[in-house]
Amino acid sequence: MAGTHPVAFKLNGKTVAVEVEARELLIYTLREKLAHTGPHIGCETSHCGACTVDCNGMSVKSCTVLTVQCGGAEVLTVEGLERGGALHALQQAFHEQHGLQCGYCTPGMLMRAYRLLQENPKPSEQEIRYGMAGNLCRCTGYQNIVKAVQAAARKLAAAPAAA
Amino acid sequence: MIPAAFEYYAPGSIGEAVSLLARLGGESKLLAGGHSLLPMMKLRFAQPAHLIDLNRIADLRGIREERGELVIGAMTTEAELIASSFVRNKVPLLAEGAGSIADPQVRYRGTIGGDISHGDPGNDHPALMLALDASFVLTGPRGQRTLKSDGYFLGLYETQLAADEILTHIRIPIPAAGSGWSYQKLKRKTGDFATAAAAVLLQMKGGSVARVAIALTNAGPTALRARAAEAALTGKPLDEASLGEAARLAMSICNPTPDQRGDVAYKTAMCGEMTRRALQAAAARVRP
Amino acid sequence: MGESAELTEREQKLQGLGTAMLRREDARFIRGQGTYIDDIKLEGMLFGAIVRSPYAHARITAIDKARALAMPGVVAVLTAEDLKPVKLHWMPTAGGDVQAVLADEKVCFQYQEVAMVLAQDRYAAYDGAALVEVEYEELPAIIDPQQALAPGAPVIREDIADRKEVGHGPRTHPNHIFTWEAGDKAAADAAFAGAAVTVREEILNPRVHPCPLETCGCVASFNKATGYLTVYVTSQIPHLFRTVLAMLSGIAESRIRVVGGDIGGGFGNKVPIYPGYVVATVASIVTGLPVKWIESRIDNLSTTGFARDYHCVGELAADRDGRIRGLRFSALADHGAFNSQVSASKLPAGLFSICTGSYAIPNAYCRVDAVYTNKAPGGVAYRCSLRVTEAVYLIERMMDVLAQKLGVDKAEIRRRNFVKPEQFPYTTALGWTLDSGAYHAALDKVLKAVDYEGLRREQAAKRADPNCPTLMGIGISTFTEIVGAGPTKVCDILGIGLFDSCDIRVHPTGAVIARLGTMSQGQGHATTYAQIIATELGLPASDIVIEEGDTDKAPYGAGTWGSRSTPVAGAAAAQAARKIRDKARKIAAHLLEVGEGDLEWEIDRFKVKGSPSQAKTMKEICMVAHTGNIPPGMEQGLNAVSYYDPPNLTYPFGAYLCVVDIDRFTGETHVRRFYALDDCGTRINPMVIEGQIHGGLTEAFAVAMGQQLPFDENGNHLGNSLLDYFVPTAMETPRWETDHTVTPCPHHPIGAKGVAESPHVGGIPCFSNAVIDAFAHLGVTHMDMPHSAWRVWQKCQALGVNKRAGS
Repeated sequence: MAGTHPVAFKLNGKTVAVEVEARELLIYTLREKLAHTGPHIGCETSHCGACTVDCNGMSVKSCTVLTVQCGGAEVLTVEGLERGGALHALQQAFHEQHGLQCGYCTPGMLMRAYRLLQENPKPSEQEIRYGMAGNLCRCTGYQNIVKAVQAAARKLAAAPAAA
Repeated sequence: MIPAAFEYYAPGSIGEAVSLLARLGGESKLLAGGHSLLPMMKLRFAQPAHLIDLNRIADLRGIREERGELVIGAMTTEAELIASSFVRNKVPLLAEGAGSIADPQVRYRGTIGGDISHGDPGNDHPALMLALDASFVLTGPRGQRTLKSDGYFLGLYETQLAADEILTHIRIPIPAAGSGWSYQKLKRKTGDFATAAAAVLLQMKGGSVARVAIALTNAGPTALRARAAEAALTGKPLDEASLGEAARLAMSICNPTPDQRGDVAYKTAMCGEMTRRALQAAAARVRP
Repeated sequence: MGESAELTEREQKLQGLGTAMLRREDARFIRGQGTYIDDIKLEGMLFGAIVRSPYAHARITAIDKARALAMPGVVAVLTAEDLKPVKLHWMPTAGGDVQAVLADEKVCFQYQEVAMVLAQDRYAAYDGAALVEVEYEELPAIIDPQQALAPGAPVIREDIADRKEVGHGPRTHPNHIFTWEAGDKAAADAAFAGAAVTVREEILNPRVHPCPLETCGCVASFNKATGYLTVYVTSQIPHLFRTVLAMLSGIAESRIRVVGGDIGGGFGNKVPIYPGYVVATVASIVTGLPVKWIESRIDNLSTTGFARDYHCVGELAADRDGRIRGLRFSALADHGAFNSQVSASKLPAGLFSICTGSYAIPNAYCRVDAVYTNKAPGGVAYRCSLRVTEAVYLIERMMDVLAQKLGVDKAEIRRRNFVKPEQFPYTTALGWTLDSGAYHAALDKVLKAVDYEGLRREQAAKRADPNCPTLMGIGISTFTEIVGAGPTKVCDILGIGLFDSCDIRVHPTGAVIARLGTMSQGQGHATTYAQIIATELGLPASDIVIEEGDTDKAPYGAGTWGSRSTPVAGAAAAQAARKIRDKARKIAAHLLEVGEGDLEWEIDRFKVKGSPSQAKTMKEICMVAHTGNIPPGMEQGLNAVSYYDPPNLTYPFGAYLCVVDIDRFTGETHVRRFYALDDCGTRINPMVIEGQIHGGLTEAFAVAMGQQLPFDENGNHLGNSLLDYFVPTAMETPRWETDHTVTPCPHHPIGAKGVAESPHVGGIPCFSNAVIDAFAHLGVTHMDMPHSAWRVWQKCQALGVNKRAGS
């Protein structure tokens, strides 16, 4: 059996330290060693995006990253969006616009939308669709997800401190 | 779902990576963006004993201009290419091509070097490199060598990259100002590999084609340069007759592998259609 | 405050029926705090990884576990041999068949389960699975159902070679499962013989898969000390699952608890009981440790319940003016290697006989011949309402075929044949009584909204223009659904009737908990059931907690599939709430010292007729019901349970219209517009309904335009991962326009019909009709799905419409 590597990184602002085999994927470390079951697994071919987290300022499919690659990284998951009991504008918007049904794609959608709005605070509908094309949903048909991202963008533009 | 076990190395320099590669030999694989390799490992189609991660090597990143060429570190991600004002302004074909690859998350990790090195005819960069007359800087135990992209791609998963070499930089001659460009990629859905795609770089003079480069993705075991089509266009205006002839000549070199995207007839016809559309879109972008 | 404003305010406080109340369930999902199966972690939990067959048809000649067992962390390797002592290597199916749990001497479809490796962690489980050595002797495979009944065809099910019947006899061939028919063949034949016009088409409904984002899995946990079995599972039918587990395991049903937690999408994929669940449960019983099994996406697409695979022939006979006189529909149904599809036991072809659609067709006959092939088992799945997708696809396609034959407009042909409002309740020639409908009004509303005449003019102009680069198509679908299974005299699974239930407890402070026998997988039950009860009880929905899925707590029900929750459990909720309100009325009368007949109910209180200041709110009565101040002889509390056996199914309907522009040179279809009008009777929550429509239409788009599960001639899967299986992204998915009419269901307590499958049932033929309509002027009457760019291009190529002038 291969040896393990110690890896330390920041998860939602807090430093965490784990011992992992080289082959351990970030998604499993988050879900099983660090009890963050927000990111989900929907496939094994890196298509569905349900595992999306934010890593060093980038949207990343955590099923396609080895935990050993994440030493010193800043990782944000859906669990880190709510700050001081206040929902992030995106979380609130998904709720208000009915941008979720079964909830399985939602953590990945939220984390991708989070980074999308950092990349482009005023995206057009087409830019939202293109920008979210790495996240599959079977329940909503995307229309209300788009509306949610638009609503959050408007809210964040009006009050940037909420970002 | 779970890869077989392996040993992991994260060298900090090109030299260290080359040494590791030489020492560990054929049982090792280089890890770039990982979005081709890791899925294969999760399905256990690939089971390397050693993984050499290139992500910590600063010298493999960066985009700079040098004597009329753009020099791009092989570990530059698609997202970095798209965001780079160098690339967008000087080699917009590359930005357009990179933007058609996979999805936003994959583009944050996938690298131009990995895309080129994999030797997958479905990858987009090989055709872009051929159209741009790019060269590749390879570093190995015997030093560095630069190979032209033309002739670099040998077959399915096969390039001129030797087993002990690493692709470290890509050199792209900056196209003449006013050139038109386009990458037309037909796909079943966003994120899919190309059913067929054509990369075009175009210079017009006095209403006729002065120079044109046409390269095709997924039209054969490697990316293909459609030289006969280019020759037929040179010196001619772009009209229905010349476009049709170029498409026909592009189709004549196609030898696509039938799969769920299409049979030989469809993929070939679509190479022709993408060639046509890429020429038209490039022509619309030409600036005098 | 004005009286009407006050009434409105009280009504709004309830957030009851008709309100776009935001969802209660969102709070955990937007925080990533849902509890899905793979989130569950129990002390000492083992992992199971399944070893699967690479061959579609083969004998197993040897299984060597030694190398796997030698792997550190591997605890056991289970094969059929290990399940034989507990007689669980085979299990009975809902379709009257038996299914191999782990392959016993032969495998009958690629990826079939052969062994399960149990290990201490996921890594050892997968490593161990890679080391199990299985030797096979390949056999010729039957992949084309047309070959299944050929004389001398390889026998797939040697294990039931002697069985004369599998759920619906008699069998005519070893690979034959059943033949089922409905209607009057002689009358239909006579109608065809005498008809002015007949049309016939061969129409394929290809094999597809629901592909919910979460795959199937379970955590089975047997406590040896107490003899108590708990199974957390992705199941749309927790109670039926528990009953079947009791039957299979011999453990008393009162010592089995099935827990459906949060489920990441079902769409019918999570109704069947899969071998993985059974093996994990056996493993837990044997080891006394919890066992988790979660499948991969490829496993999911390759082995769990597929949908459709109906190879149909549609025939209509009509007068010159397009009035249909007769219908003959038949289907060769490819069920895969085991008849494990979930349908009511008396309905082996589900509700296929709804195929007369929204039309008054006097003579009809339909027949389904089901066969085995060397593919995964299933058939009833994917928002299909039990084969209604197949039935509606056929009739809506044939309406267009008939229209084209006669040169009649495709909307007009439908109008001429619709069941008229005054004809309801209308009993179809195949035996279903449509209780209500308003088909003309729905279609007219849609046509007006899209300016149908204008679209046809535009289409004509485009067809006349040789330079137009696109082919424009208009698709119409005017469907009638049949959902809400169902009346127990017609609908049972393994003998258990398809009733449902609601158990309501009201607390002294006016808060409520209600438990039901259904199982949400994202449909918003925690919100919509609360809204029904809120309106009935006059208590705010925000104080009504809804629970489903834990069989220890919830009353017995048949789960959520086939859009049955609102029609059946929603009715039970209303009935239970009314029992409570009736009791509350007695308490109010007692408190106000009047007769019950002197009271009237207004939103949230009982008022004395003629003396409105004398009133008691439901909230007040909640407290009083827990005191001594109740009528003599009455028991305390405000609780009720209702088990609802619906008198009929329900018949939501709709009118959809789709406009497409097809690129003649690539075959790509751009959906320009999709207008969907749905009538689901009383609308509980318009926001939730709209979300369901968006989702169902998107899945319809996926099916019509790209999904399929292709095989090569040896039964190898050719597209069983998300690399190839078409799940559209936000980029491909069209924008949806939704509309509605309201025709209440006359037999449902709140007039509601159920809606979530309608967009899928109605959407698929709408897309298909649009694509084919684009070629109709060139004589094309039918094209099979999926309408991928490649396949559409092949049609363009065959017709020569992709030639450019000068080339």
